Amino acid sequence: MNPVESSEYPTPVVAEACGLSFRYQKPLVLEDVTFRIHEGESLCVIGPNGGGKSTLLKLMLGLLEPGRGSLTILGKSPAQARCNIGYVPQALRFDPLYPVSALDIVLMGRLDRLGVGRYSKACREVAMNALEQVALADSSSRPFSNLSGGQRQRVLIARALACEPKLLLLDEPTANIDLSVEAQLLETLTRLREKMTILLVTHDLDLISAVGDSVLCVNRRIHRHSLPLSGEVVKEIYSGINRVEHDLRTRHSQGDHSACQHD
Amino acid sequence: MTEFFDAVQTIPLIRYSLLAGIISAFTFGAVGSLVVTRRIGYIAAAIAHSMLGGIGAAFYFGRTYDLDWLTPMLGGFLAALLSALIIGWVSLRASEREDTIISAIWAFGMAAGILFIHYTPGQKPNLESYIFGNILVTSGSDVTATFALGILVLLLIALFYHKLVAVCFDEEFARLRGINSNAYFLLLLAITAVSMVLMVRVAGIILSLALLILPAATASRFSRRLWVIMLVAIGLTLIYNTGGLAMSFQLNVPTGPFVVICAAVVYGLSFLVKRKRA
Repeated sequence: MNPVESSEYPTPVVAEACGLSFRYQKPLVLEDVTFRIHEGESLCVIGPNGGGKSTLLKLMLGLLEPGRGSLTILGKSPAQARCNIGYVPQALRFDPLYPVSALDIVLMGRLDRLGVGRYSKACREVAMNALEQVALADSSSRPFSNLSGGQRQRVLIARALACEPKLLLLDEPTANIDLSVEAQLLETLTRLREKMTILLVTHDLDLISAVGDSVLCVNRRIHRHSLPLSGEVVKEIYSGINRVEHDLRTRHSQGDHSACQHD
Repeated sequence: MTEFFDAVQTIPLIRYSLLAGIISAFTFGAVGSLVVTRRIGYIAAAIAHSMLGGIGAAFYFGRTYDLDWLTPMLGGFLAALLSALIIGWVSLRASEREDTIISAIWAFGMAAGILFIHYTPGQKPNLESYIFGNILVTSGSDVTATFALGILVLLLIALFYHKLVAVCFDEEFARLRGINSNAYFLLLLAITAVSMVLMVRVAGIILSLALLILPAATASRFSRRLWVIMLVAIGLTLIYNTGGLAMSFQLNVPTGPFVVICAAVVYGLSFLVKRKRA
């Protein structure tokens, strides 16, 4: 089997990709990707821009269909498993002037339970509970536009939690957030890590070391590395993310993964 | 002002205009807030102008083939819905630049309207009254139609408020939660088209557009909650429609342009007030 697999993991499989390939037009964005994510695992996805990280997320959300190979989540197709996935997009994507409150946004996590008219009381309770988990219960009625970057990102995490997910997917949660704010976000994610399976796309090395069990390097193909990374790698990593990215990219393209410890 | 109240009681046309203005204030406040916050005012503008094509076509085919049921407002209604669906479809598929399609539909609609009128047999209808409005053509059945469609629009918004907001804010996430985002976006455009048709007979295309956008734009400068923006916009539109009608009657100036100028000036003045932060 592919070195990417960790078959001895004691918990059930949450997501499984087997020989997965995908292309938008001609070149393959992802090629022969095989991995398993087990319940309770916390995986960080890294890789160069354009390496296929976002494509992998979209495939896992069922927004794209795999060209070849299979991808199952909780034993179902991604589109069928959607209701069990909590998705946290980048906060920067949103119209900051859109007139909604933090609670309004978190309630969107309960959209699948909404018929016509208003959200039920039970939905509101779940949403408030989710806001408490990210320590923003006091800000529930504040407009989205008045929240800081870190608070906005935490609101989006709360929205994903309101889905009561089995798997949490996060897309660069610390992008465009200043360092002082990031600490709170880190704390939130560290707490969540104990409770659910997490897949986190990030460039942020603090985040990787705080939240990740292992790392998936995505650059068309996927390679899995366990954490903590070896001292030499860590030194390289802390000397600058760009260099690491560049370094990993070069090594991956040359088929050399000696810098990272394989499972 | 007493002259105006006398006129409301004695002249049915004035009464009908006042009623149509009051009813449409509710739909415009609600729909306009959704349109302004979702930043699709230009789509609303294209839909409004394309109505002229439908109005012209209805005159032409109605007269040429003696189709009594094909009223100008029905033509406008169909044209508005059709252009809403075309723009919506293009906007969702993104195979062509959205703004290009919007400009094309805008220009095509108006040009088609004028050509149709040119070839319409018999006495030429006055297109200007559809562009700038003419309260003298308002009838009791217009008021009834405005009322019925207005209730429909408000009911749709009340029933699907949270889904519309979710789709406007983040259509991708809404889709992931099992909502048909595309259908709700098209619903929003269709609601916009219907509300515009309501007012065009009374107020004309330009005024309808101004009343849809300006009160909601003014309201959105002072609140960050959508339902508050809706209520403020409804209130402002009520004031413009009733006060504007009364004052234009009193001053003996055309109602439509007078109301547009008032709404635009208030919107302009709102920039002098500091935007609320908390």
